[in-house]
Amino acid sequence: MKGLLREFSKGIFQENPIFVIVLGLCPALAVSVSLENALGMGLAASFVLVFSNFIISGIRNIVPSRIRIPCFIVIIASFVTIVELLMAAFSPQLAKQLGIFVPLIVVNCIILGRAESFASRNKILPSLLDGLGMGLGFTLALSVVAAIREVLGSGKILGFTLFKGYLPATIMVLPPGALLTLGILIGLTNIIKSKIRR
Amino acid sequence: MDAGTILSIIIGMVFINNFVLSKFLGLCPFLGVSRQIKPAVSMGLAVIFVMTLSALLTWLVYRFVLVPLNLIYLRTIVFILVIASFVQFVEMVVLKKSPALYRALGIYLPLITTNCAVLGVTVLNINEFFVNGKPISASFTLSLMQSFFAGVGFTLALLLMSGIRERLDLVDVPRHFSGIPIAFIVASLMSLAFMGFNGFRF
Repeated sequence: MKGLLREFSKGIFQENPIFVIVLGLCPALAVSVSLENALGMGLAASFVLVFSNFIISGIRNIVPSRIRIPCFIVIIASFVTIVELLMAAFSPQLAKQLGIFVPLIVVNCIILGRAESFASRNKILPSLLDGLGMGLGFTLALSVVAAIREVLGSGKILGFTLFKGYLPATIMVLPPGALLTLGILIGLTNIIKSKIRR
Repeated sequence: MDAGTILSIIIGMVFINNFVLSKFLGLCPFLGVSRQIKPAVSMGLAVIFVMTLSALLTWLVYRFVLVPLNLIYLRTIVFILVIASFVQFVEMVVLKKSPALYRALGIYLPLITTNCAVLGVTVLNINEFFVNGKPISASFTLSLMQSFFAGVGFTLALLLMSGIRERLDLVDVPRHFSGIPIAFIVASLMSLAFMGFNGFRF
């Protein structure tokens, strides 16, 4: 039981996909313009992560190891297509804002990375929890970046104005702000990690 | 298609909408292989090659297979398969025909499959140059050009970054910020500089 809990919780901080493993950066930077987009992206990626981990772990003994990567990619791409269609049907506005980054979940390194390094070697339940934890960690990291950028860059959060008379630093919602925020956050994570270790 | 369109695609893809610095596509290789100039150049060339030919293949598949069969929604799956098998094929050919080139490019080729810039450019081509499944005029040439110059933009950013990071090794960076974090901050400054190109008007 304790082991299972660890599989779930490791993705949130210790092995956070973005701040610690530094994977899946492209969507993390591109959609973190606002918290709303970040949550949408996080949920979409988590959905794909959980289900692809589940299926891949289920078929891990059937697939010959030589062709495992193409198989994983097809499974992941199928779930991404499902997400794409669902999003276009139920939340067209979000789909429009995330744009090209919805189909690009396929090549999000976290998902293939977890499939290869975890789901293809572990039983179904741990893989499911691993996917859930990693998805949560991804969403969390994305939300932190997005919240910082949205507050500094537009003075709002989820559409509510926070400070009256605050002159927004527009640069934070533009591409340079994303790279700067993530750079500083990864640096801070390194500091925290070395403090904990000591 | 006039000279203005061509020029705006070139300038747009290489500078204004640079894939790495303003669209955030292909960041993993951008950080992964930008430690030294030589591997960066090889990676850049491999990406240009794969991007252009994947664009060609996916255009053909989309135009002559997916649209007639009414299977547009399978776009993502089909494109990633086309790209993955194409990269695998190139790897085998290069290994057989030119071992020297394989040693230079070989390890970068498999990485390209999961480079979101490649899938990104093919999806972008379809989004921009097809209206409801019908190609606009000259869409084939436009797609090829857009992909080629997106690759050139990627290579340019990678080359600049590797030049900076080679110097960065000699600099005294705060311990916790050395490596990836400082690379991000440098990229942020580069992206700021590239925003200056936004002023171009045609």
